[in-house]
Amino acid sequence: MSQNKGHALTGLNVVFVKEFHDFTQSVRMVVLTILILLTAGTSIYVATQTVKSCVGEDNFLLLSLFTLSKSPVPSFLTLMSFLVPLTGIALGFDAVNSEFQNRTLPRVLSQPIYKDVLLFGKALGSLASMALVLLSLWLFVIGFAMLFLGVPPTGEQISRAMVYYLITLLYGVLWFVIALFFSIICTQSSTSALVSIACWLFFMIFWPTICQLLSYAIGGTNSIVVAKTNSALARISPYVLYSEASIAILNPTTRSLGVVLFYQMDGALGGSPLPFGQSFLLIWPQLTSFFAAIILIFTFGYMKFQRMEIRV
Amino acid sequence: MKDEVLKVQDLTKIYPNGKVAVNKVSFTLNKGEIFGMLGPNGSGKTTTILMLLGLLDATKGSVSVLGYNPLRTPLEVKKRVSYLPDSVGFYSNLTAYENVDYTTRFLNLDGKERRARIDKAFKKIRLYNNRDDKIKTFSHGMKQRLGLAEVLIKEPDIAILDEPTQGLDPESVAEFLDIIRSFRDDENMSVLISSHQLNQVQSVCNRVGLFSQGSLITYGTVKELSEEQFGTNRIINLTLEEDADISEITHSIEGINQTRKIAPGQWIFTCTKDIRSKLVKALVDNRLNINSVNLQLHSLEDIYRSFFEEVKNVTE
Repeated sequence: MSQNKGHALTGLNVVFVKEFHDFTQSVRMVVLTILILLTAGTSIYVATQTVKSCVGEDNFLLLSLFTLSKSPVPSFLTLMSFLVPLTGIALGFDAVNSEFQNRTLPRVLSQPIYKDVLLFGKALGSLASMALVLLSLWLFVIGFAMLFLGVPPTGEQISRAMVYYLITLLYGVLWFVIALFFSIICTQSSTSALVSIACWLFFMIFWPTICQLLSYAIGGTNSIVVAKTNSALARISPYVLYSEASIAILNPTTRSLGVVLFYQMDGALGGSPLPFGQSFLLIWPQLTSFFAAIILIFTFGYMKFQRMEIRV
Repeated sequence: MKDEVLKVQDLTKIYPNGKVAVNKVSFTLNKGEIFGMLGPNGSGKTTTILMLLGLLDATKGSVSVLGYNPLRTPLEVKKRVSYLPDSVGFYSNLTAYENVDYTTRFLNLDGKERRARIDKAFKKIRLYNNRDDKIKTFSHGMKQRLGLAEVLIKEPDIAILDEPTQGLDPESVAEFLDIIRSFRDDENMSVLISSHQLNQVQSVCNRVGLFSQGSLITYGTVKELSEEQFGTNRIINLTLEEDADISEITHSIEGINQTRKIAPGQWIFTCTKDIRSKLVKALVDNRLNINSVNLQLHSLEDIYRSFFEEVKNVTE
């Protein structure tokens, strides 16, 4: 009895298991997984066909599978930047308000747990199921590459691919947290789904245009200022952060993200790959931004949830 | 002195917008009794209940549940108190068993004990044959029953039931009240039950409290409340077959304060005690034919209405 006398996270494992179970068995998750497997499979297959011709010439063959595209099939990276947000939104958009709609919240919260454990459990459950889906996809790509190309990946390639996996997971979690936030604010799950998708479309399609207009308005005729403002503003969009970080880690020849002047390139060995540590350093700001955004949005949602009345 | 399992003192809830939802409510729940919180919708019953469970902060006042303060140690309270919310909901994509299993897992029982408790409760509530059906297929009454099963599984000291009979057909209401009575008699629980259907619920309650606009107007046994409101006088209605003057006959019966004739053959007596047998005997001795003799009882609804009018008059 003296044990389990009610520490702050009592019951977290129960909520986690239930949510993980729900997510992995839900129809929407199955549909999304099939969609991702089909599209990503096609893209990887096309990339393998393209890359087959240059086996032996490129030291980073495995990594180029993620970034290669051949019209009309987009690259694996582009596909993921579309589909991962969708997965995050699908997991999060009704996380909290469906409990209100089903009137299950008072029943669950009258059990011996604290209120925030429910939110933590839901977040961890969806994080785990997303990690699982992405990990299986990642293994699928690597296995596929070895099977078709017959070249075993080097340690560096695997570590770079691992970092790419981590970035993709962070990207997905960010969109999950955004959807979770809207599911706390909106009482109807259809509203929160629409708002989350609107948010996604905004950053995907409208934000780049708005960025350009804004940077011209700010920079005027000074083209360096315009370019710098543009890239700074564009990085507000998670999509840009994701693409930049992925490209820098998957393509070792990337030396800089953003605006570089000619004199800054003086003495650089163009086209030669950076070591893993340097590439990782290059994307460190992007990773930090992901963490910060996730924590910030989750905290707002948490505060809102804690202050909410549980009555329907 | 009976054991108090729950004690509420001057409990007040004022919302930030200035609305007073609960106003200085004080009452106690004794061990092994059923206490009815009765009053119309919006009279502060559910708000009070949520504060008892620590699911809502009180603005003022104190609550003690089995010696624990629900705001300071909510887990200790929630471990020992079961709550059936107003129109309870379940996860519709899960089965009845899975739904209850989920909430039961929070109790930290081992697997065998958990399954045994769930099965026992399902048998008692007569849902055992539906345990593997999805909640989607359940009617409102079945969901309420499942809620009762969940209350039972926790084996609590106190059960708090919010509007348990709402929306049920009369037959189910009777069955429900039987189950609730068995909570007290067989399972040793103290029960707090809230309802706006006064007459349905009064039959199971040892004591009731009448709520109106956030305040607890009065509480006690139904008899006490009736006497408080209408005095100790008994009212007897008599209908005779013929129109005869009986004031001479009744004059000799002890205990009648007032005799009134309201229609040919219809009489009302105000008495200090129940004098029905004496009255009948006297009338029969005088060869009068009696159609009916009734002792008029005050229902809880009469009492409530009368209290409510008083409160209204005072506030106006």
